[in-house]
Amino acid sequence: MALGFEASLGDSVVTTKLDAIVNWGRQYSLWPMVFGTACCAIEFMSAAASQHDISRWGAEVVRFSPRQADLMLVCGTVSYKQAPILKRIYEQMPEPKWVVAMGACASSGGIYDNYCTVQGIDTIIPVDVYISGCPPRPEAVLDALMKIQDQIKGESVLKDRHKDFKGILD
Amino acid sequence: MNATALEKIQAAFPEAAVSIALDTAVVAVRPEKLIETLTRLKNERDFKFSLLLDVTAIDYLEYPAVQEARFAIVYTLRNWQKNLLVQVRTPVHDPDAGVPSVTALWDSANWGEREVYDQYGINFIGHPDLRRILNHWQFKGHPLRRDYNIRQGQICYETDSLEKEIKARLATKGVSQSMMEDINTEIMFLNLGPSHPVTHGAIRILTALDGETIVANVNEIGYLHRGFEKTAESLTYNQVIPLTDRLNYCSALMNNIAYVKAVESWLGVEITERTKFMRVVLSEFFRIQDHLVCIAANLVDMGGLTNYWYLYNEKEASYDLISRLTGARLTSSFTRIGGMYRDFYEGWEADMDHHIKNIEKGVSDSLKLIAKNRIVHDRTQGVCIMPKEKALSYGYTGPCLRASGVPFDLRKDAPYYNYESFDFEVPVGTTGDLYDRLMIRFEEIFQSIRIIRQAMKAIPEGPIFVDNHAVALPPKSQVYGKIEGLANHFKLIFEGVKTPPGEWYDSFEAANGELGFHFVSDGSGKPYKVKVRPPCFYIMGGFHEMVEGAMIADTVINLGSINIIGGELDR
Repeated sequence: MALGFEASLGDSVVTTKLDAIVNWGRQYSLWPMVFGTACCAIEFMSAAASQHDISRWGAEVVRFSPRQADLMLVCGTVSYKQAPILKRIYEQMPEPKWVVAMGACASSGGIYDNYCTVQGIDTIIPVDVYISGCPPRPEAVLDALMKIQDQIKGESVLKDRHKDFKGILD
Repeated sequence: MNATALEKIQAAFPEAAVSIALDTAVVAVRPEKLIETLTRLKNERDFKFSLLLDVTAIDYLEYPAVQEARFAIVYTLRNWQKNLLVQVRTPVHDPDAGVPSVTALWDSANWGEREVYDQYGINFIGHPDLRRILNHWQFKGHPLRRDYNIRQGQICYETDSLEKEIKARLATKGVSQSMMEDINTEIMFLNLGPSHPVTHGAIRILTALDGETIVANVNEIGYLHRGFEKTAESLTYNQVIPLTDRLNYCSALMNNIAYVKAVESWLGVEITERTKFMRVVLSEFFRIQDHLVCIAANLVDMGGLTNYWYLYNEKEASYDLISRLTGARLTSSFTRIGGMYRDFYEGWEADMDHHIKNIEKGVSDSLKLIAKNRIVHDRTQGVCIMPKEKALSYGYTGPCLRASGVPFDLRKDAPYYNYESFDFEVPVGTTGDLYDRLMIRFEEIFQSIRIIRQAMKAIPEGPIFVDNHAVALPPKSQVYGKIEGLANHFKLIFEGVKTPPGEWYDSFEAANGELGFHFVSDGSGKPYKVKVRPPCFYIMGGFHEMVEGAMIADTVINLGSINIIGGELDR
């Protein structure tokens, strides 16, 4: 039911804000790139499998090529040896892109406070949502996905995100 | 280890000091006698130690008892026919000068010695490719030395190119630099991983290709090195249990059991009958879980996605029982030294029955899809063969060794937890190809179900903890009601379970093969050193032998068939 100016355009035209329409599209067509390294990746498998079924949130097209993805899920421990690879893969993803740190290790190093483990991937790349747990349950992955969707809703398509991020490898 | 075997070893090596630790004969030799001793143990008719299970070093810098030298090297060998275990140890006076390499005797020494070099900085004279394996190439120092600070992280800025290594491997295949560059015989280099869907984790497979055929292959691991061994040194024996969950996270509870079994053996603790049965039921249940994930992922790699749902849905359903029992889905931490975290819940038998029935159905459905499937046969039969002798030389154990035709299974050959009284078969392959590795896992699932059914019938009632409060926590009524109980509780929590000083090796048949633990105890409640003998590590060490000559697509499914789990591979 259109009012005012919209009424004169008839049934075939809808007016909206650019942000609203683009973000709506982005929200429900997230393509995850699973950077699975450890135990959390097994729980991601559960989140993708039939019982929890991540496709109900429009994020079932799991890509293993970063060039085709816009949501990076870092599932598992990232070691210093792995860090340059994580950064390169993040850089290969086209903008706009979002990052979820799944589990204690990716968020903070977890129980591995030692010489080989990166103490949280946010020292290397910018992170949007953290999931707690060791490993988190699949429901928590779905919750993180909804948080990302909420975040996307409030963003502007004209502004670059995380432009001034500086990590230990920069 | 029986007495005659021990006498034979002592007679054959009169100069060496032979002692016994659990069922392992420990032969201490002078460094100059090391190669001779190992050669004779491998080749002499009486010994035939065809498996080099593990190589590790010990840093005695802070050890209370004075030792001859700061470092010692330990080789763990096994004769699988007679089930004999021997550890050969020698002092290392100068780590930079090092000891001679045994890579000429066993191929598994290649990666084993590289790990010792990486972690302890001990040189191996004559090693063909001595460089870091778990830590990155820009790392300085050797983390498992006692004077290396555990928190001293070192940033890696760049990945190793591996150019030198792949060219050296190509040279062994008769490909020279000029052939590599000639337009007619040009070699193409292709990297699979470390972040790639085929790697099921983080491993780097670098291949040199002629068309689609792999001419040479070099692999890099260590991307999931999380410092298990160093971290364990600062925790009490019970606190290490959650770390063992994260070794092979597809069958976490099996690692828990393997670890506590190793500690209990040294303590001489005889756990209760009910606990033994619980451990059998649970380790077989988790063996099934491990194989389900392995086969499901392997068949996805082959293009059979339907199988993934048939198999993975059963695993997902099993989480109901697991989380109801342990409180966690994946990382169970369910064992304690001297018992289990808690008993089975009421009505677990019905749940277990229900799950194993469904697993049987899911696995049978999946088998129906592939057993007579021409595509599966063509892709797996005669592909990526690992011959018997090579498998032994590379230190293979578990389903991958059995696929190559070696009927060795610790549950049959060195039974623990009453395994000798269960009626089950050990499936053995004939050629060691992909098909054998795949089918053995299918068959092992059915055999595990058989064991679970028998164990469920025979499981006795009774306590789950030993009645020894130097080892197991006393019940809460005693902690709050009696001063002895309170003192025991306090000491166990703060100081940990005290183990007698010494060194020992104990092993367990995990889903992937022999999972061993080598401990050094200084008599305190914390392990002075723990070394895991991970089955995956040595299996991956022989990967190039299987894929050279095969196609790129075979590499992908071959990696799935050997079930590489990063947590256990890199620790």
